[in-house]
Amino acid sequence: MASKRAAQILRPAVNAFRPSSVTLQHVANPHIAIRNLSLRAGRARKLTRVSTTAVRFASSATPTADGQLGRTGLYELHAKHGAKFVPFGGYEMPVQYTDLSIVDSHNWTRQKASLFDVGHMVQHDFSGPGAQAFLERLTPSSLSSLSENHSTLSTLLHPETGGIVDDTVIARLPDSFYVVTNAGCREKDLAYLSEQLETWRKENPDKTVEWKLRDNQGLVALQGPLAATILERVLSEQSASALKSLYFGQCLPGTIKGTDVEVLISRGGYTGEDGFEISIPPSATEAVTQFMLDSAKDELRLAGLGARDTLRLEAGMCLYGHDLDDTTTPVEAGLSWIIGKDRRANGGFHGDSVILQQLKKKSEGGGVTRRRVGLIIEGSPAREGAEIVDEAGEKIGNITSGCPSPTAKKNISMGYIKDGLHKSGTEVQVIVRGKKRKATVTKMPFIGSKYYKAPAPEPK
Amino acid sequence: MAARFSLARAARQLTSSAARSHAPLACQWQSTSALQHRLFTVSAQLKEKKYTEDHEWVEASADGKTFTLGISEYAAKALGDVVYVELPEVDLQVSSGEAIGAVESVKSASDILSPIGGTVTEVNDALQEKPGNLNKDPEGDSWIAKIAVSGEPEGKLMTKEEYTAFTEDA
Repeated sequence: MASKRAAQILRPAVNAFRPSSVTLQHVANPHIAIRNLSLRAGRARKLTRVSTTAVRFASSATPTADGQLGRTGLYELHAKHGAKFVPFGGYEMPVQYTDLSIVDSHNWTRQKASLFDVGHMVQHDFSGPGAQAFLERLTPSSLSSLSENHSTLSTLLHPETGGIVDDTVIARLPDSFYVVTNAGCREKDLAYLSEQLETWRKENPDKTVEWKLRDNQGLVALQGPLAATILERVLSEQSASALKSLYFGQCLPGTIKGTDVEVLISRGGYTGEDGFEISIPPSATEAVTQFMLDSAKDELRLAGLGARDTLRLEAGMCLYGHDLDDTTTPVEAGLSWIIGKDRRANGGFHGDSVILQQLKKKSEGGGVTRRRVGLIIEGSPAREGAEIVDEAGEKIGNITSGCPSPTAKKNISMGYIKDGLHKSGTEVQVIVRGKKRKATVTKMPFIGSKYYKAPAPEPK
Repeated sequence: MAARFSLARAARQLTSSAARSHAPLACQWQSTSALQHRLFTVSAQLKEKKYTEDHEWVEASADGKTFTLGISEYAAKALGDVVYVELPEVDLQVSSGEAIGAVESVKSASDILSPIGGTVTEVNDALQEKPGNLNKDPEGDSWIAKIAVSGEPEGKLMTKEEYTAFTEDA
């Protein structure tokens, strides 16, 4: 039986000592040089080859300050499954595997289920009596109204300007806030959080905040219509039955079947499908992942960054460094919905004067000059960097992400366009290889999302 | 402007991280000023199908005055499902190493470079309707363009055997 096998694999793994070749310098240094992150992220996505000099012997390691690439705890498992690695967010990450092309992997995710290693992302815990107020200063989220085991998409904001430092998901656990940030922003975020925390501690010596990183903690995303069925198979009976009432945006601690391995299961993801992100202790990451793959041999495949990018784009989700950056506010990015009701009324977060003004009506001096929109382009796909122009050829915006959509079979793009031209149905043009192509502003997501949502309350 | 890449770049994505690097020799923005417009016949070396390091192939017609250009099977496989082929206009004058079109797949956009200068005489319009055919028969029915030669080929051209070795090496 699969569960027995997993128990055998897992037990020794749980007790085993695993050398970690690198100790993190993370929390320590607020003076870490901030690299040009958008540039780095941009490069990574162009899928350049991996430097062969980054040889590591440890099973997992975070990237070093001198630019040596890190590896997640699943590196060897990826290699065994024929992964093609590319540098991404400072890690060597699989872009695709030999068994499926990017399109096949994309379709597999929409029809069955895929497993993505997202262990390169940074997992934080903030606790203590000041944690909520500290995070509410950094983000526009209403954490006071976030119930236990619920999560929300949010943004870390720059003071004064309200520009987005990074996008993040914040979950309220019983004793802490669990925060996941982008790998590509690791150094910038750590420097930002160190600096912010230092200021906080000076100003609020009585409201302590404790900040911890889950070093080398595994994180996998199980995504697709079969995700719940597959996850049930690897969970203890009690955890499996609890999945049925775990809805989109909620999280739950769970136990792996036949073991004492505790994982944190969050329902949601980056594909528009039902699915989970599962945070796994370092020593058990590989065994739990293998257990899932073994439990669903005909249904579950590993998927890489290639499919992850086309899936998230169809779902209308932003990729930091491309669709979001330090100069963009949540209002411009079409993320006003993340700004809590009480936060709109009372402010008290970084950049609140800018952001709250942008939320006002135009007649009251509010609004923004550009907005993030979806576009469908005729003929050639339009990719990052392409210009959006009007009939006269004047530049009115630019594309920040784009690809041919395997599901919609259309060329889909995301970009920023001059305010006023952002309404769905507006016809514009996009320049690809010097030629103008017809484009239409379109609502996002480009495909219907299939989240497992809590049943709506009975109408009164 | 969006960044543009040659087929070689897409092909490199296919290779493993351990592979040796090879720089594409073709430069896509060569000056056209040196282009000579008198008619050449293709030198003997193009009578047989030849391949570039950027994964295009060229083959001369029987009279040696024009050549057919396409992308290699290796490149088509590396690109994955082709969704759009940008063909040149007939009568377009190209110098060697210049882009005459592009291939779009889900993962990337790649330029098609011509290793020889000349004038485009014919394009494979069928690819406009069915770009996916480029994955099926890239070295046969799914040629890209025919070009009347006006210069000598530049850059390295390889025989089938040499090219196969080159791709296995990569």
